[in-house]
Amino acid sequence: MPGPSDPGFDTLALHAGAGPDPATGARAVPIHLSTSFVFESSDHAAALFNMERSGHVYSRISNPTTAVLEERVAALEGGAGAIATASGQAALHLAICTLAGAGSHIVASSALYGGSHNLLHYTLARFGIETTFVRPGDIDGWRAAIRPDTRLLFGETVGNPGLDVLDIPTVGAIAHEHGLPLLVDSTLTSPWLIRPFDHGADLVYHSATKFLSGHGTVIGGVLVDSGQFDWEASGRFPELTRPYDGFHGMVFSEESTVGAFLLRARREGLRDFGACMSPHTAWLILQGVETLSLRMERHIANARKVVAFLAAHPMVARVGHPDLPTHPDHELARRLLPRGSSSVFSFDLKGQRAQGRAFIEALKVFSHLANVGDCRSLVIHPATTTHFRMDDAALAQAGITQGTIRLSIGLEDADDLIDDLSRALRAAQKAGSA
Amino acid sequence: MKFDVQGRAAFVYTGGKPLDTTLPALVFVHGAMHDHSVWGLQTRYLAHHRRAVLAPDLPGHGRSDGPAPASVEACADWLLAVLDAAGIERAAFIGHSMGSLIALEAAARLGERATGLVLLGPAYPMKVSDTLLSTSQAEPLKAIDMVNAFSHAGHAAKPSAPAPGFSLHGMNRALMRRLQASHAAAGHGNLFHHDFQVCNQYAGGLEAAARVRCASLMIVGAHDQMTPPKASAALAQALHAKVLQLSAGHSLMGEVPDGVLNAIQTFIPEEAP
Repeated sequence: MPGPSDPGFDTLALHAGAGPDPATGARAVPIHLSTSFVFESSDHAAALFNMERSGHVYSRISNPTTAVLEERVAALEGGAGAIATASGQAALHLAICTLAGAGSHIVASSALYGGSHNLLHYTLARFGIETTFVRPGDIDGWRAAIRPDTRLLFGETVGNPGLDVLDIPTVGAIAHEHGLPLLVDSTLTSPWLIRPFDHGADLVYHSATKFLSGHGTVIGGVLVDSGQFDWEASGRFPELTRPYDGFHGMVFSEESTVGAFLLRARREGLRDFGACMSPHTAWLILQGVETLSLRMERHIANARKVVAFLAAHPMVARVGHPDLPTHPDHELARRLLPRGSSSVFSFDLKGQRAQGRAFIEALKVFSHLANVGDCRSLVIHPATTTHFRMDDAALAQAGITQGTIRLSIGLEDADDLIDDLSRALRAAQKAGSA
Repeated sequence: MKFDVQGRAAFVYTGGKPLDTTLPALVFVHGAMHDHSVWGLQTRYLAHHRRAVLAPDLPGHGRSDGPAPASVEACADWLLAVLDAAGIERAAFIGHSMGSLIALEAAARLGERATGLVLLGPAYPMKVSDTLLSTSQAEPLKAIDMVNAFSHAGHAAKPSAPAPGFSLHGMNRALMRRLQASHAAAGHGNLFHHDFQVCNQYAGGLEAAARVRCASLMIVGAHDQMTPPKASAALAQALHAKVLQLSAGHSLMGEVPDGVLNAIQTFIPEEAP
């Protein structure tokens, strides 16, 4: 497929990282369910271990099937490479632990997935990594929160669940002014809606469980490096620019000018913490990636119809979607996310907890569960589930109230989704008048 | 490690080991818009297998102070000055693309002290299209994308470099963008346009070939669109070079890393003459 320009998104989604299998001619990506790979000789073994040759040793470190997923997502994001992990949380942890340690500091958006907030606010604090949270739109807040020990700025392309749009160009520029990288969780948008590297992000990760997989079958994550951040020029990352005792004094930034981060992450974080992805999981996620653009188009088209329906409904107090001019980030979304903002969004139901319960329990097409990005439509009450560990102040900062309902719009017929919501809203109304 | 060469800092990657000048020396010369790291899967192995490896960043490329030298001949002068600074008297030269022309000039100048010459993706003359040169001036990032697309035979080369999980396209694009930006930030201007002009203007290939005293090997990519195999035929004849064709595009070191490594190892034996 050589040519004067890179192939388009759909071609890369099908071909990047894999050709016909040279051993069998298999056209689909084979699943290499093997823990280990035979060495050709003692010298070959030693060379693989010492990174003198490229290849696979042990599937915790790399695997042929998983590598296809890594290379494909890297191509779709416009990155230099990627590492697949056991979950999105593992990808976030791998990114942080590669760059930060005890005594380090992170500046993060306050509008995060509850699990990410928990990791930063509680768990990493126990290991000496402190986080300052700022509202994603508070540009002065991002700048003011940076300290000499800061190692990373972190946010979500669109915050969960309020869809606060991260101003990646501006926050990225602030990060770079201070010699820091910007890490972005692009789970809710996928590379089809936005490629954060094109706007100034340095690292991107996905919970591949969501849109990349798209079928609600497996848990996985992918961490992608743009290769653009100059770790040596920053001077803040001796982990990448000084000899590493854990690998015979390797200086990762000298070994690979643009691949230093991923080399260290694979040879330290993935090796030692061990949160790798199964090749079977990688294969299932690859099936999803191959149809990503087709699914995303339908997700977005359905979401737009549902947003319009809910925005006009008398039982709905607020719909938090950047498609609507009432959303505070409407203009930013038009600029950064021209294809659409997400098919995951929240709305506030009029009434109390009883109305919320009646609404969720009356739904028949929507499934009440803790996930998003499935091909099936999903619903959840964040305050009592995904974000239940947050206190009221943190919930307020994340834009969540007790009446907030989060929807993940799937690929069903839009009319059926609207009928289901309409029926559930009537049930909520009745519950309020009972 | 760093040397002072011609009054400026010169970075030389030595394969992850301290340089041992008692071992046979191999000098790896990268091409336009690249640095030493494109040789990662050849240099590290050979440094750990009884070779003294020197893979410099050419001036203005990566860690060596700029600006980039004005010609292939100036690059060769600088390269020999690096060898002097490192205390290397005899060496084999391995060059890629623009680096193949620099390696050719360096080997010619070193005469009997050159122990071997391996040219990857060479062409002579290395003419650059007017379209690419003008694009490199007006829209260097677009020119990078053009060259990047032309440089790879596909999007699925295995086992990838420097390790599984890397996108060769993405790595190359990131490296070129980094080098373009750092050269400009240092006040030295448009590196892409400079490097491709250096390739385009080089006219001493056949004269240099006549002065080369060591054996030569050419490694060409069967699917190379930057420097197609036929573009090096005249130079191969002038050098009486052995020609090895591998199933790859222009980015041979990443697309067929083991093929390139094995060819170098075989052609320049451990105890070079």
